[in-house]
Amino acid sequence: MTFDVDHVVPDRAAVLELQGIPPETGLPDHLEGLYAAALRLLTENAAPAAVLADVSKPRFGTIYQGEGNNEHRTPVADIFPAAERLALFAVTMGPQLERAVRACFDANDFAVGSMLDSVASASTDRAADLVQARFRAQLDRRGLLRSDTGILRYSPGYCGWHISGQRRLFEYLEPEQIGISLRDSYLMQPLKSISGVLIAGPRDIHDIADNYDCCESCDDHGCRERIQSLFAEQAADKTRQSE
Amino acid sequence: MMDILARISKSLIAGEEEKVGELTDAAITQGVPPKQILDEGLIAAMAVVGDRFKAHEIFLPDVLLAAKAMYAGMDRLRPLLVTQDLPTRGTVVLGSVQGDLHDIGKNLVGIMLKGAGFEVIDLGNDVAPEKFLEAVEQHRVQVIGMSALLTTTMPVMKTVVEMVKEKGLTGRVKVIVGGAPVDADFARRIDADAYGFDAANAVEKVKSLTGVS
Ligand code: B1M
Repeated sequence: MTFDVDHVVPDRAAVLELQGIPPETGLPDHLEGLYAAALRLLTENAAPAAVLADVSKPRFGTIYQGEGNNEHRTPVADIFPAAERLALFAVTMGPQLERAVRACFDANDFAVGSMLDSVASASTDRAADLVQARFRAQLDRRGLLRSDTGILRYSPGYCGWHISGQRRLFEYLEPEQIGISLRDSYLMQPLKSISGVLIAGPRDIHDIADNYDCCESCDDHGCRERIQSLFAEQAADKTRQSE
Repeated sequence: MMDILARISKSLIAGEEEKVGELTDAAITQGVPPKQILDEGLIAAMAVVGDRFKAHEIFLPDVLLAAKAMYAGMDRLRPLLVTQDLPTRGTVVLGSVQGDLHDIGKNLVGIMLKGAGFEVIDLGNDVAPEKFLEAVEQHRVQVIGMSALLTTTMPVMKTVVEMVKEKGLTGRVKVIVGGAPVDADFARRIDADAYGFDAANAVEKVKSLTGVS
């Protein structure tokens, strides 16, 4: 599947965060031009594409074991057995974008290059959000979505799921069809790519504790925010229903 | 003379690339020695930019705009500088390690090091361990700087440190490492001389490794 670039334009706050600019400060006026230039280059150079494929729980269990390098206890290992539906995905912004970043640096346009890199990173996340929305829509069409269904995505390289887990994920998903390849170091090419699993099930299954071994070395505990937003979604649904 | 150097500095800090170029030309025409323009106009201003960045008074894009302005001045000066006048704070060979194609972080480190007056030999990304050592042999390198963004490519850093030891270069050539999954503890474990948590910090560490105040 492919996406329109206009649909993956990232939130300004996400870009600023990657640039180390506190969202409350906002982008100073004299830097607006850089931001606009980066967005223009994104539009000209991004070619967002994704693959998404259902996977059964037993099959995912094997894929998740990967090369045997995962941490002993991990959130995904605890979550997925209680899931109702699983799908693997990979998404990329295409190879042209990183060439554009490099061209900026080669031309000494460091500020634009760096801003474009951040815009491209944040838009890859947006593209993954769209894949997640597509998965939700598919479940809905198949009558598999319930009022308490919560969907979150998890990626190798996070939360104790070793990055080498991508090998088996790639064997199953074959993202080469959209131009993503996996190097021996488990680096995906193009750089602006994300792989992972989408887990759908009762919201509560995602509500994991923050006390796994992997949580200790985690910088941002971003899962807390994701879990919160999942339950905020539920609250919003309830309000809508009662209106 | 002071006036033109102060104006170069002011424009550089404001990231005014064209103005820095023009003022550098003007300073050359006025007979200001190129080395003085470099040290007191460009490098001094970049140091102010670095300090403001560390103090969170300005942001990364401001630093990068200033760096571009500095390069505009450097381009004018380069043909006039005799070899011994070129930035002599030391030479750093820089690269993202084998298997890693991430290079934005490494590029930022390189830009800041050049801004601080270091000579930087950028080997790019996916750099094999022996390439770092070859560069050390070919140039008068004081520091090897390596960047990695994945845990799976970090071991290459250890290989390079070991090769430095094997070649008897320990002490003469220092090693600094950095990148998202790297930390001070890892640097210590592989016997690297320093860890830089961001580009500004990398400059400080390289300065202290090379004895530059
Ligand atoms: C020589 O001395 C020195 C001194 C200092 C040095 C130095 C050398 N080199 C760097 N520095 C330092 O100075 C620089 C300037 O301040 C800094 O350089 P950086 O290069 O670190 O900084 C850049 C300028 C900006 N930083 C970045 O762009 C990276 C930021 C984080 C959040 C990040 C981002 C944005 C992204 N990612 Co991802 N990503 C993460 C990162 C976590 C983090 N907190 O850093 C990291 C690197 N990613 C990770 C992962 C797992 C992944 N990512 C992926 C994808 C992505 C996005 C596409 C969403 C996006 C862009 C990726 C890219 N780099 O182009 C995937 C891989 C992509 C691929 N191509 O293979 C994927 C594998 C996830 C997946 N399964 O899809 C993790 C790697 C962990 C590991 N096990 O190796 C990760 C550390 C996050 C985490 N888990 O905490 C310093 O590190």
